[in-house]
Amino acid sequence: MVERQGIRGLVAHLILWVGIAVVAFPVYLAFVASTQDAASIANGQMSLLPGGHFLETYTRTIFVGTSGSTREPVGVMLFNSLVMALVIALGKIAISILSAYAIVYFRFPFRMWIFWMIFITLMLPVEVRIYPTYKIAADLNMLDSYAGLTLPLIASATATLLFRQFFMTVPDELLEASRIDGAGPLRFFWDTLLPLSRTNIAALFVILFIYGWNQYLWPLLITTRDDMQTIVIGIRKMITTSDALTEWPMVMATAVLAMLPPVLVVIVMQRLFVHGLVETEK
Amino acid sequence: MQKQSVFHSPLLPFLLIAPQVGIVLVFFYWPALQAVWQSFLLQDAFGLSTTFVAFENYAELLQQPEYFNAIVRTFAFSALIAGSSLSFALLLAVMADKPLRGVGLYRTLLIWPYAVAPAVAGVLWMFMLHPSLGVLARGLRNMGLDWNPLLNGNHAVILVVLAAAWKQISYNFLFFLAGLQSIPKSVLEAAAIDGAGPMRRFWTVTFPLLTPTIFFLIVVNIVYAFFDTFGIIDAMTGGGPAKSTETLVYKVYLDGLLGGNLGSSAAQSVLLMVIVIGLTAIQFRYVERKVTY
Amino acid sequence: MSNVTLRNVRKTYPGGVEAIKGIDFAVDDGQFCVLVGPSGCGKSTLLRMVAGLETITKGEIDIGGRVVNDIEPADRDIAMVFQNYALYPHMSVYNNMAYGLRNRGMPKPEIDTRVREAARILEIGALLERKPRQLSGGQRQRVAMGRAIVRQPKVFLFDEPLSNLDAKLRIAMRVEIRKLQRRLNTTSIYVTHDQLEAMTLADILVVMNGGMVEQIGNPLEVYRKPASTFVASFIGAPPMNLITLDADEIRAQFSGDARANTEAGILGIRPEDLLISTEAAASGGLSLDLVVDAIERVGAETFVYGARARHGEPAISARPGELPPGEVIVRVPGQNAPAVGERIMVTAPRERLHLFSADGRRRIDL
Repeated sequence: MVERQGIRGLVAHLILWVGIAVVAFPVYLAFVASTQDAASIANGQMSLLPGGHFLETYTRTIFVGTSGSTREPVGVMLFNSLVMALVIALGKIAISILSAYAIVYFRFPFRMWIFWMIFITLMLPVEVRIYPTYKIAADLNMLDSYAGLTLPLIASATATLLFRQFFMTVPDELLEASRIDGAGPLRFFWDTLLPLSRTNIAALFVILFIYGWNQYLWPLLITTRDDMQTIVIGIRKMITTSDALTEWPMVMATAVLAMLPPVLVVIVMQRLFVHGLVETEK
Repeated sequence: MQKQSVFHSPLLPFLLIAPQVGIVLVFFYWPALQAVWQSFLLQDAFGLSTTFVAFENYAELLQQPEYFNAIVRTFAFSALIAGSSLSFALLLAVMADKPLRGVGLYRTLLIWPYAVAPAVAGVLWMFMLHPSLGVLARGLRNMGLDWNPLLNGNHAVILVVLAAAWKQISYNFLFFLAGLQSIPKSVLEAAAIDGAGPMRRFWTVTFPLLTPTIFFLIVVNIVYAFFDTFGIIDAMTGGGPAKSTETLVYKVYLDGLLGGNLGSSAAQSVLLMVIVIGLTAIQFRYVERKVTY
Repeated sequence: MSNVTLRNVRKTYPGGVEAIKGIDFAVDDGQFCVLVGPSGCGKSTLLRMVAGLETITKGEIDIGGRVVNDIEPADRDIAMVFQNYALYPHMSVYNNMAYGLRNRGMPKPEIDTRVREAARILEIGALLERKPRQLSGGQRQRVAMGRAIVRQPKVFLFDEPLSNLDAKLRIAMRVEIRKLQRRLNTTSIYVTHDQLEAMTLADILVVMNGGMVEQIGNPLEVYRKPASTFVASFIGAPPMNLITLDADEIRAQFSGDARANTEAGILGIRPEDLLISTEAAASGGLSLDLVVDAIERVGAETFVYGARARHGEPAISARPGELPPGEVIVRVPGQNAPAVGERIMVTAPRERLHLFSADGRRRIDL
């Protein structure tokens, strides 16, 4: 449309930059804090420009850890978070794509029952059934283990529904052509359906990786040992109730490190991220 | 629902579906049923004996003013978080929908906070607004405001709402932008030819066409405020001061953590489930979204 | 030998809907058989039953002397070209063609020979490394054909393979399919709803309606002697004019012919068999007075639409959607035609008239 840009365009740019500033400022501040010395932060005289302690703070954070409440180096926590995020993302994708394949491409007894059984779990976030689930994980000896950290979060109706929806759009003729070409169910899945689902798998991976990385309540309960902590839990534990003991530069460095992987994933794979977000919410 | 042409195999579909069904049964249905069952039981203080008390736990819970307060508080939180985050995100999305130079860059710079963990968001905002060392708190005090979220409940609420809304901006922004972009340009052009100015066009054409997206986002934001704020609250206030930031989910956590009343905690879980199921039903029923990207 | 024989083939869906109500026909080795009929007549279902994509409720399908009812599609030694081509979108053209051969464990060099030979025949040698989405509609069609011919099957099955192409390409591909089939001499069954495709391709034409066969035969024979009003109006464009006559009118029109004497019936005349004339037809022929109400000139010929003029003449019936009731179409060569509103007389000789039973289901040979 022909429209006088001029002042109105300027206002739009301005508002967007204000928005970006609001969104970015807390993170910028965290980064600045992580490069300064603890004393100047603790007395409330922090500068708004980066200081000179970048390398020192980050090496100590990653390899040594705080001397306060958690003694584990953040490197270990990063590893735990990575394992958790990867297992959750890949596990969800794997079991969802298989079950969606069964539901869409086979006819078998109780098919609709099973579909609804999976579908209903959409409505039961882990938060509402937290203690009974905890108890079961404890009974199964899963406390302080990667299995306990990930398995209860792996079942996902969202991913199953997404794959089901996608499979429904795959033309029937592809299956028929495959059957005429002599491909059985597993071969059709492997040779045709899986390659066709690549984009959806990647998009889902981005969303689920972030979901897994950012888990809080469940890992908080299931991990008691410091060396099983994820980074998101670790930060929380670094902040002690008595402010004097909190090593703020390292807390902020940890916060930056905790944000870095998922934020990078979003920025680098923006197209897939948007696709995944819009698809999973359908 | 299903393909016309399918494979026939007696065993394979069950093998394919087994992992998902197994996990769902063990980690969803079993605990959910346990929660329901436990909500009907009463345990004595030492956990030595349990008696079946039917709905007594529920009755007791609903009579507690404390629980009632938590419900009101949770909905108030939801309204504040959804309201502030949605309006700010809508403003940004409308701006980013204009044919400006560098829109792609703006979008990138606005969507990444989605990836920040709620607990981390809580830590960031806590740090900014920390009464003794926060940079923004310093500014507030200079303006003569006695800002202290560690002691003042209202301040704590504001703090939690700010962090929660901040984190949700990018999500809302993305969906608003998608909604705006799916509005056919020809409709807006027709309105322009009919003599409607930009503001008028927005309120009479764009906004009504955006209502499905808005409804959808309201539900999503409420669910977010219910559950995902757990990390924010735990990192920032721990429910305090004086329970001013104790939402329903946080209360379930605290009550269970203190280990006291298992039956009551289970009853709370069940009530939460009912609320979630209600919200989801609303979402399915009223929200016919057509988001295209 | 790769003849295909259907014996009393039936299909009933679980809901109880009967899609195929007992079909018998045989296609000889190397013959090109076309199943034609309106949408929903069961022709695609029947083809898919031959392919093994639909189960057979009753009856037998025999390919090359072997009953295939319970044999998997892959083992029936057939190849199929789908309406939407069903190319594997993520595989190159080469792999699309090679896939079925690989699944059968054919040695690589032989796969390569066959794929390249098929590509040469279909002139798609330069496209082998492309993905389907990089191809035009016509090229995709060729790849789909290629995928069928590399298999060197006993039978080709075509499910409306040309209906996604534009009109010009459709004609070109139609000719190519016919040439290819002659060259390979492979038994083929081809499904279409386009009567022109059916006429031009078929050695043997099967006209279907409502899950049953209306007529089987050589295309020209079907055209010349349609077995029912359904076939009469389905084969040939524009469709045959059909006029309902009561018993008296039949007697008047076909006086002296015992076979046409007894009952009411439907009279059929093809538009091209009607002549604009100034004098009435010779004895036994048909004369109609028309008022011209529309003219369509398409260049080589002109269609004249006329309403019956004389009061008291028998009403003209037409199948819904095919001809406005009460109208007669006359096909005139060239561009000379009467003006709209003009009264004309059209005639047809006795030997060009068709007579059907009153329900339209039976032809009465005169």
